[in-house]
Amino acid sequence: MRRLEILQYMIDNLGLIGERTLQHVSIVSVAVGLAILTGVPIGIAITRNRQVADAVLYVASIIITVPSIALFGLMIPILSTIGQGIGYLPAVIAVLLYSQLPIIRNTYTAINNVDPALREAARGMGMTPGQRLRQVEIPLAIPVIMAGVRTAVVMNIGVTAIAAYIGAGGLGAFISAGIADTDVRQLVTGAVSVSILAIIADFFLLWLQGRLTPLGVKT
Amino acid sequence: MIKLEKLTKIFDTPGGTITAVDHVDMEVGEGEICVLLGPSGCGKTTNLKMINRLVVPTSGKIFIDGKDTDDYDPVELRRNIGYVIQQIGLFPNKTIEENICIVPDMLGWDRKKSRARAAELLELVALDPALFLTRFPKELSGGQQQRVGVIRALAADPPVMLMDEPFGAIDPINREVIQDEFLKMQQTLRKTIMFVSHDIDEAVKMADKVAIFRDGKLEQCSSPDDLLAHPANSFIADFVGGDRTLKRLRLVKVSEAMSKGAPSVTAESPVADAVKAMEDHGHANVVMVDERKRPRGFVHMNDVRDKKGPVSDHYEALEATVDAREDLRTAVSLMFSNDVTWLACTDADGKYAGYITQRGITHLLGETYNQ
Repeated sequence: MRRLEILQYMIDNLGLIGERTLQHVSIVSVAVGLAILTGVPIGIAITRNRQVADAVLYVASIIITVPSIALFGLMIPILSTIGQGIGYLPAVIAVLLYSQLPIIRNTYTAINNVDPALREAARGMGMTPGQRLRQVEIPLAIPVIMAGVRTAVVMNIGVTAIAAYIGAGGLGAFISAGIADTDVRQLVTGAVSVSILAIIADFFLLWLQGRLTPLGVKT
Repeated sequence: MIKLEKLTKIFDTPGGTITAVDHVDMEVGEGEICVLLGPSGCGKTTNLKMINRLVVPTSGKIFIDGKDTDDYDPVELRRNIGYVIQQIGLFPNKTIEENICIVPDMLGWDRKKSRARAAELLELVALDPALFLTRFPKELSGGQQQRVGVIRALAADPPVMLMDEPFGAIDPINREVIQDEFLKMQQTLRKTIMFVSHDIDEAVKMADKVAIFRDGKLEQCSSPDDLLAHPANSFIADFVGGDRTLKRLRLVKVSEAMSKGAPSVTAESPVADAVKAMEDHGHANVVMVDERKRPRGFVHMNDVRDKKGPVSDHYEALEATVDAREDLRTAVSLMFSNDVTWLACTDADGKYAGYITQRGITHLLGETYNQ
């Protein structure tokens, strides 16, 4: 009986589920997109200096240990000064911060692990540092960088669900409403949707990773 | 072509300063292969890498074709010097064609020209362009990869090549083959080559000039034969090995040690002719040739001195013959394996050209020591 009710609720609210899924995807994709634009260059830059690399990775690790609900709370007074204390912006910022560690760490590791012989061959042939990055180091690092992006996306689909509490919308809204109203139908709808979204996103990124990996590097 | 003047490299390490290369003066002529040889840590690789500025010299000068390399931008300098390393360093994300075309592309060559060049170079090392251009490095064997590594360095036709133990990672059988291929290519290309090796046999085989390093200092720089015959000091004598005279066998061609103008007889010749030929020439054997002048057998003085009849009744078969274009190592090896003290030599057409004796070889090699 219960199960049927839940299913019925889902069918009746397909439009709403779709709308909140789009909000959810929008927060995660914008934030992770920005995180790639910042994290990959940072990851590459810190390969130049071991001490700086250790410090940057340490800070990124600390950020990721802050509970998301606390992070949202911290941002309210700060972002209120520009009238954005709750809603879309703090959600995006939180996801952006949480994504830094997997993306920076994977980029750093991948670039550092490029065979030194390849680097020497590239230098010896007269490639500039920029050419070495574009033609050799980044293409070879792509699979590992993409693995970091996947980790960030899947993890932050979960974080974004909590952002419903600061009015960012998304599929978390079903869960928060379900808890507030002790409505199992909404609770299950939210939880199942978030899980399915995470699985689909992971498969999509796995496919993308395969497409972006240079043919000669695939195993 | 390449000239080093008081070239020095001092590394600052936490444990103090290390002089890797110490006031090295040397010169490599155009079209020469100069092998830098020495034990590991002797500075030979550092010396090489200073030429294309992968290592910046502490002091001293490097001139290529009379021009100071300090005056070039390092990137531009490297694009005009071929560079081959032991680990090969083909880029796994690029096809063979893209790998070969890297330097031509950076130099802004016309695409069609560089692609045609890639195909031409593959043919030069006996790899079918139709098959290999579109492959990725991982689909090639080690030997094939190293061939591509060498032609990649040749792609933009640089006058100077630097090779850091280029054949070091290849199994011994393939290494010989690739060395031979490379020497054959070099006969037409005439590049000026600096080549790092730790293998005396490789150095003797490849070099026009061998430079021996120890603790950053250039100990001796001379032709392989001179190095083996006259090592400048006991370190070099030890390094080239107690069997250094045997190594010289490889440097001398059979034709140089062969006694030319030796007589020959045919199967129909009377034995008396053979005896006269031996007496006139002063060798106790004479070779019997067939109608196409190929050596077929021989008669020995003691066997035929007082005999009658044609040579065909008294000759013995030849156990082995040697091509006069081979080196003495091959000849000596044949003598040992057939238990003979002399061999009949043939020319390119297989015709009898003369004979070579153990005494002749020892005499030839011994001559240089008396100079």
